[in-house]
Amino acid sequence: MKLRAEGVSRQYFRQGKGTNVFNALKETDLTLEEGVVTEVTGRSGSGKSTLLNVCAGLLTPTTGKVFLGDTDLYAQEDAARSRLRNESIGVIPQGQTGLRSLTVLENVLLPCVMYGIEGQETYAEELLEQMDIAELRNAYPSELSGGEMRRLSIARALIRRPGILLADEPTGDLDDENTHIVLSLLRKCADEGKAVLLVTHEAEAAAYADRIYRMEKGVLTSQEG
Amino acid sequence: MKFANSLAWKNMKRKPGRTAALILLAAFLAFSVFGGSIVVKSLQNGLDSYESRLGADVIIVPNQARSHGSIESILLQGIPGYFYMEDSVLEKARNTEGVEVATPQFYLASASAGCCSVSVQVIGFDPETDFTIKPWIRESYSGDFGDGDLIVGSNIEIPSTRKLTFYNVECNVAAKLARTGTGLDNAVYANMNTIRQMMESSVLLGFDYFSDVPAENAISSVMIKVADSYDIDQVTGDLNIHIRRVEATQAKTMISGIAEGLTGVSRVIGVMVLMIWLLSIVIMIVAFAMIVNERKKEFAVLRVVGASQKMLSRLLVSEAGMISLIGAVIGVGAASLVIFPFLGLIREQLDLPMLLPGLPVILVLLVLSIAVAVIAGALTSAISVRKITRGETGLILREDV
Ligand SMILES: Nc1ncnc2c1ncn2[C@@H]1O[C@H](COP(=O)(O)OP(=O)(O)OP(=O)(O)O)[C@@H](O)[C@H]1O
Ligand SMILES: [Mg+2]
Repeated sequence: MKLRAEGVSRQYFRQGKGTNVFNALKETDLTLEEGVVTEVTGRSGSGKSTLLNVCAGLLTPTTGKVFLGDTDLYAQEDAARSRLRNESIGVIPQGQTGLRSLTVLENVLLPCVMYGIEGQETYAEELLEQMDIAELRNAYPSELSGGEMRRLSIARALIRRPGILLADEPTGDLDDENTHIVLSLLRKCADEGKAVLLVTHEAEAAAYADRIYRMEKGVLTSQEG
Repeated sequence: MKFANSLAWKNMKRKPGRTAALILLAAFLAFSVFGGSIVVKSLQNGLDSYESRLGADVIIVPNQARSHGSIESILLQGIPGYFYMEDSVLEKARNTEGVEVATPQFYLASASAGCCSVSVQVIGFDPETDFTIKPWIRESYSGDFGDGDLIVGSNIEIPSTRKLTFYNVECNVAAKLARTGTGLDNAVYANMNTIRQMMESSVLLGFDYFSDVPAENAISSVMIKVADSYDIDQVTGDLNIHIRRVEATQAKTMISGIAEGLTGVSRVIGVMVLMIWLLSIVIMIVAFAMIVNERKKEFAVLRVVGASQKMLSRLLVSEAGMISLIGAVIGVGAASLVIFPFLGLIREQLDLPMLLPGLPVILVLLVLSIAVAVIAGALTSAISVRKITRGETGLILREDV
């Protein structure tokens, strides 16, 4: 499955003296292809998360359209768009995002349970094994380290076997060894046919990526080479 | 929806303090609604029952009844008392224009020492002419009721021998009456011959209740039904003019005192319930708004993994609904524990007749009170729901909790 952003931009309204419109993302085209890891790097505040959230259907672009396959994401009703995201877009958000009242295993299964999909326990266990947090399956997020929590959200993003994987700084809290594990995993996902977007600061990530872009003040430029 | 309910349940369990506080709030709401409505309904019932028990248009009592424990305190509060006039009053009343039926009643307070089994009010009536007590007795008892028989109010214990003695007159308890919620529940009823016998016997025992009226001619009150074509006011006036040293009172004015008291109490309870309501609802709105704020990030995460706005609303509303339901059941239960065993005490405090409504009415009030609390919880949470679903997930996600 392919994800295509056409001419997307996003403005924020900042409170201050008078109304201050801030262009966090200038008009951008981006295509995420099957089997390809697309990396976006850039400084903090340059608009990377904004672009990723727009692609995920979580942030309405000020201009432009996002196509998931042939479907215009933002032309859909909320319910349909939510279901599409659940089925086809695995999002690994920036920051810590485990639900406090659920165990690790329940957190991973959440996207399935939400839509009444059953029989995914074995796959969930498998993902926990891959993420090396299997022994924490019954722990609550408050008992996890930052890195463990991050791996939890990766497993959760993969549980529905989505065609698109959007990862916002997935290695942010990880040590070198785990960084390597996670990046190879994303690579493997792409090799299995997923379209992967990797937003990262990690210099090491370039080795795992097929295409590299750099974001600067809301402008995305290709870094071929 | 299964998912929403199970997640709601888990959320509640993971935050016991917050959940308990909200449950308490809902319990408070249901308690006040259920308790308030039961008390008000009981008061209304008490008045209705009293009104129908009184059953007369006009009541004649001797002037002294105004100063002694009056007829109201005998009939309403069940305070034993007595007052007497000559039975010639009855004849005079019957000869007054517009009086359709006039029937005497006899009040004899029983002493508790030696001569009597219990200290209660004995009320006597003339079975030939009575139109107020007999229809009521018939509701609970259809058998014979002759000389030496007693029918007792619902608060009176019937001894296993079924015998009660008043002023050395041994009587047979024939039946117990249905509850009225008034002083009438503490009285014992006998026919004219039986109570006359007691009155005469009390004189022999040395009780001096009758002063200048001979016991064999004494009656306590005359209950009057006015013929349809006559004005009750007019007839009351005539009775007061024609018969000396007595006072004729319209039953309506006797009741209106109670009715006013009842309206006052009902209004106070109503205002209190309303205030508790407003307060609880405001607190609920604020509480849910705070909770939603605190959990914004959690809701954003749910959105990220594919929850629609509708699913989030359902999650929050079902959480609020479950909490309110548990709270409401607790509140209604607590109100029942307070009201049902202590109704007597409440009645004493309010000094008004009270009669619990029947079980069906109680059940309806119970279900309504629970429904009201659950709806309040669901609605107040729904207000907050709009706040989270309106915001864009991409924006909420970046906010640190
Ligand atoms: N809701 C908002 N209101 C106003 N400004 C915003 C809002 N959200 C983001 N911004 C601004 O938009 C710019 C881009 O934000 P974005 O989160 O996309 O950056 P980023 O590249 O992901 O940074 P980082 O690497 O730190 O995650 C930042 O300058 C930020 O301050
Ligand atoms: Mg970012």
